[in-house]
Amino acid sequence: MANQTLDTKGLNCPLPIIKAKKALKGMNPDEVLAIESTDPGSVADFAAFCRQTGNELVSSDQAGDIYNFEIKKS
Amino acid sequence: MLDNANDGSNSKSMSIIATKGALDWAYPPFILGTTAAAMDMEVTMFFTFYGLELLKKDMDLKISTLGNPTMKFPMMGMHIGMPNIMGMVPGVDAGASMMMKNLMNNKGVATIADLRDAALESDVRMIACQMTLDLFEIKGTDLIDGVEIGGAATAIEVAAKSDINYFM
Repeated sequence: MANQTLDTKGLNCPLPIIKAKKALKGMNPDEVLAIESTDPGSVADFAAFCRQTGNELVSSDQAGDIYNFEIKKS
Repeated sequence: MLDNANDGSNSKSMSIIATKGALDWAYPPFILGTTAAAMDMEVTMFFTFYGLELLKKDMDLKISTLGNPTMKFPMMGMHIGMPNIMGMVPGVDAGASMMMKNLMNNKGVATIADLRDAALESDVRMIACQMTLDLFEIKGTDLIDGVEIGGAATAIEVAAKSDINYFM
């Protein structure tokens, strides 16, 4: 289960990434941030964000128009 | 400035030279700068010529319909272009700027002021070009707090140490 959730629905690039980074900053290592997004570009972007920052993309799923991500802080 | 190019981590550095002060051209430097900072990069932005407008406390950014044949607004399922001649009509650029701002707001696109705040919050280093400040008679007090003043050598020194350099 996620330790924290972040709603970025309706926001466009690069706001989901910037808000996710801000949320991760206040979390402890191994804690999980769950993010909801409506930006189709966020699928590629959260994967790239995690590869670059070393945080783990635990899951990346789509449910209708909503994209769900779980990121474990490194 | 940290030299982290060879420390084995993913951490990198980026420098951006921002030269344009139109509303649409304000986005690329701030989007890439804030995103790079979010991805743990050390980011420096150097503002020169019309890019200085992006550092003003009171930003009044507009788009220009002139010389931009691919600027088309989505409207009622169509895309409406702005012929160059329209730019000469008083009020057209102001109206088009308002349309662009409304469009961006409807699509959940951040404002430039928001992105600039995010950049400051994530310790993006911002440098205003001394020569163009003098040229356009812009006072340091016209600019937001936290901006450094520097010249070409300052920009080059940063670029020489950066993994990624953009000119916009």
